Amino acid sequence: MQLARVIGTVVATIKNESLAGRKLLIVQSLNKNLEEQGKPLVAIDAVGAGVGELVFWCRGKEASFPFKREDTPTDCTIVGIIDSESHVSCQ
Amino acid sequence: MIIARILGTVVSTQKDERLQGKKLLIVRPINVDGTDTTGYVVAVDTVGAGFHERVLVVAGSSARLAAGMKDAPVDAAIVGVIDAVDVTD
Repeated sequence: MQLARVIGTVVATIKNESLAGRKLLIVQSLNKNLEEQGKPLVAIDAVGAGVGELVFWCRGKEASFPFKREDTPTDCTIVGIIDSESHVSCQ
Repeated sequence: MIIARILGTVVSTQKDERLQGKKLLIVRPINVDGTDTTGYVVAVDTVGAGFHERVLVVAGSSARLAAGMKDAPVDAAIVGVIDAVDVTD
């Protein structure tokens, strides 16, 4: 899993039917010092995250596990909201 | 998932039987501000996307989880047509 900041939203009316009703957010991955790392990605939200929040997301096939797992085509899912920046500590 | 723009089409007559009837499109990943990046991916279209549209592309094994793609040998699928992208700086 990776740390990220939610930086935006995506609206897509025409979607694969297995994504109907899912919220799409843009996440910018962060390194352990919470500095931006890599390019933003589009993630499905599994926890009710919002723009500006610090989150962690899951990549790969496991990204579909929070939903109907054999049925949800996602490779990037927000699976948790981090309480605050001070709750990330790394020596 | 990544955001991509549709660049073109691919026609293939002889292909895996689980790809029969699937539309193959060439897509280029783009940045959230709409500018092009480099490279391209051949992706299976599951939503009826058209030339130059911005789309959502799922990569890896998750691509075959899209409706209608069960057990198909694909690693990139177009799963949405993007209406709007809103990035807060």
